[in-house]
Amino acid sequence: MQPNDPILTLRDVQVHFPIKSGILKRTSGHVRAVDGVDLDVYRGEVLGLVGESGCGKTTLGKAILQLVRATNGTVTYQGDGGETELTTLDDAGLFAFRKRLQIVFQDPHSSLNPAFTIFGSLEDPLRHYGVKTRKERRKIVGDLLEAVNMRRESMDRYPHEFSGGQRQRIGIARALSIQPELVVCDEAVSALDVSIQAQVLQLLMDLKREKNLTYVFITHDLSVTEFLCDRIAVMYLGKIVELCDAEELYSNTLHPYTEALLSAIPVADLDRKSQRIVLEGDVPSPVNPPSGCPFHPRCRYAQPVCRTDVPQLRRYRGKSGQHLAACHLIDHPLAD
Amino acid sequence: MTDATVTRPRTRRDAQFDRIRDREAKLAGTTQRKGRFLSKFLNNRLAVIGFAIFAVICLMSLFAPLIAQHDPMSPNLRAIAKPPSAEHWFGTDKTGRDIFARVLYGGRVSILVGLGSALLSALIGVIIGVYSGYVGGWLDWIAMRISEIFMSFPQIILVLLLVAILGQSLVNLIVIFTLTGWGGIYRMARARMLSIREEEYVQALRSFGLGPARIAYKHMLPNALGPIMVNITLSTAAFILQEAGLSFLGLGVPLSIPTWGNILNAAQDLRVLEQNWWIWLPVGATISLFVLSVNFIGDGLRDATDPSQQG
Ligand SMILES: Nc1ncnc2c1ncn2[C@@H]1O[C@H](COP(=O)(O)OP(=O)(O)OP(=O)(O)O)[C@@H](O)[C@H]1O
Ligand SMILES: [Mg+2]
Repeated sequence: MQPNDPILTLRDVQVHFPIKSGILKRTSGHVRAVDGVDLDVYRGEVLGLVGESGCGKTTLGKAILQLVRATNGTVTYQGDGGETELTTLDDAGLFAFRKRLQIVFQDPHSSLNPAFTIFGSLEDPLRHYGVKTRKERRKIVGDLLEAVNMRRESMDRYPHEFSGGQRQRIGIARALSIQPELVVCDEAVSALDVSIQAQVLQLLMDLKREKNLTYVFITHDLSVTEFLCDRIAVMYLGKIVELCDAEELYSNTLHPYTEALLSAIPVADLDRKSQRIVLEGDVPSPVNPPSGCPFHPRCRYAQPVCRTDVPQLRRYRGKSGQHLAACHLIDHPLAD
Repeated sequence: MTDATVTRPRTRRDAQFDRIRDREAKLAGTTQRKGRFLSKFLNNRLAVIGFAIFAVICLMSLFAPLIAQHDPMSPNLRAIAKPPSAEHWFGTDKTGRDIFARVLYGGRVSILVGLGSALLSALIGVIIGVYSGYVGGWLDWIAMRISEIFMSFPQIILVLLLVAILGQSLVNLIVIFTLTGWGGIYRMARARMLSIREEEYVQALRSFGLGPARIAYKHMLPNALGPIMVNITLSTAAFILQEAGLSFLGLGVPLSIPTWGNILNAAQDLRVLEQNWWIWLPVGATISLFVLSVNFIGDGLRDATDPSQQG
């Protein structure tokens, strides 16, 4: 991993879904699912994206792939051909970049089309990207299935004949079928048994090494990210509140929200603070986010300033000098 | 054993996966999807009976020239309004035409009208509903409004209007049924699409940049086929009843063409109703039997294609 070689740059990305209500379908407000995210994804890294349910992780992942279009801000892809602002492209223009970015979904039950065999599901994208003959496509699909440790013959079976773990591996095979550079793994293992989880994670890591992939690894489970991710971004209500190297996040937690999340992991590790911080209340609605710091209603350190001013993401020294956090109460930010 | 093991040194994980794989292979069901559908349908006794009746009536109508001994159109003045006999199984009507032959030949037209209108409205409804339901936006809005206009128009008035303008004919009747019938199947197809649109496999196809028509018609439509088939069968039954009703009123197919409705039309005469039961009872029973059998098939299809019911 070269630290300053971003493959993807997000600047002030916002995704607001209009809420339509009444018979006239008037827009009565917005769900601020993603609310101003700045983020660089470096080539070859595993970037963790963590946060509670509903904080906008999936939406951000989809916005990266242009599956939902950002209402504001830019997503820029940097490849051999220079920089391309994906957010300005239409479907035809995006075509060339679809190949570079792929996604593995959360729910193994809806990620495969029940009406098609595995081959039927996987062959269409291949045909779309120019693999002309059926024989070639069968060979590629077979190879892909073997790469995710499944039998070649599985390709002629239907999704309902597979277990959740198998389906998830097929989903991974599909994402890799057109040789992407960046894969967004949206809770790729959350729906699986713990024993299967570890193996699918291991598989993802092996594939990453073999194929030089970059991962954006979305999860709500901070115990998975520690040994998997190079860097971790913590999201809260559509915003990134802390971003730093994985190790740093666990050893030198800055943001109170991250602290609370970490304290909720059951630890075997005895030298870690084991006192559990219970987050009070629910995640506030992204329709009416709290004023000031979005976390202040649940923050045990909250001060008057937190209620009024929105904290910016500031840089702190940390071990790498690249520790970003958005909190009024952390002292000594580095000047930019 | 495999290419993958050649290109990559075998690790402990491979061995682990092999074990899991074997276990999963043992658990994996050997039944195919198609087989499961068929066996679920065949297990439904009513659906099978319905299908048998349906097939018998269809085949008899289709091979009417081989089965019927008499011409359905030519009057026989020596046998006017005769009750059933060995010569005329269902008797004869007031102009001495053989009713059995008329029911067989009438079935051809009635089934053509019912099935034809149902298939045509399904074609239109599905083509519009599947695409507009998937892409949404203004296209969906317009399609919805158009369907509302067609559905809010009272059918009987549309029939009167078209009969007045275009005259009575078989084709006009099918056109009328299609125009008034496509809205229902359109809405159903659209609603199905709205619910599958957010499925992750659809998102995955989008992430590959596949076009909306390909995603909607090739990948999503097969998952809506169950309810669509159910809808086609049920609207076939409904259209056959409507044809009978309209023909009974003298607004359907021209009276010169035998249809089930036109045969019933004779029963408008109170004397026929009271004295010549064989003129209306056999054809009435045939209509009921046919409609019932089609409904049984529809129910069977619904159960067989419903993924929430394990078979
Ligand atoms: N298509 C949509 N229309 C309207 N609101 C949406 C849409 N998609 C997501 N949202 C809303 O945006 C917010 C963020 O959703 P998102 O799925 O991104 O969360 P998440 O972090 O992935 O949660 P989870 O961990 O449960 O998957 C939620 O409040 C959700 O209700
Ligand atoms: Mg999600």
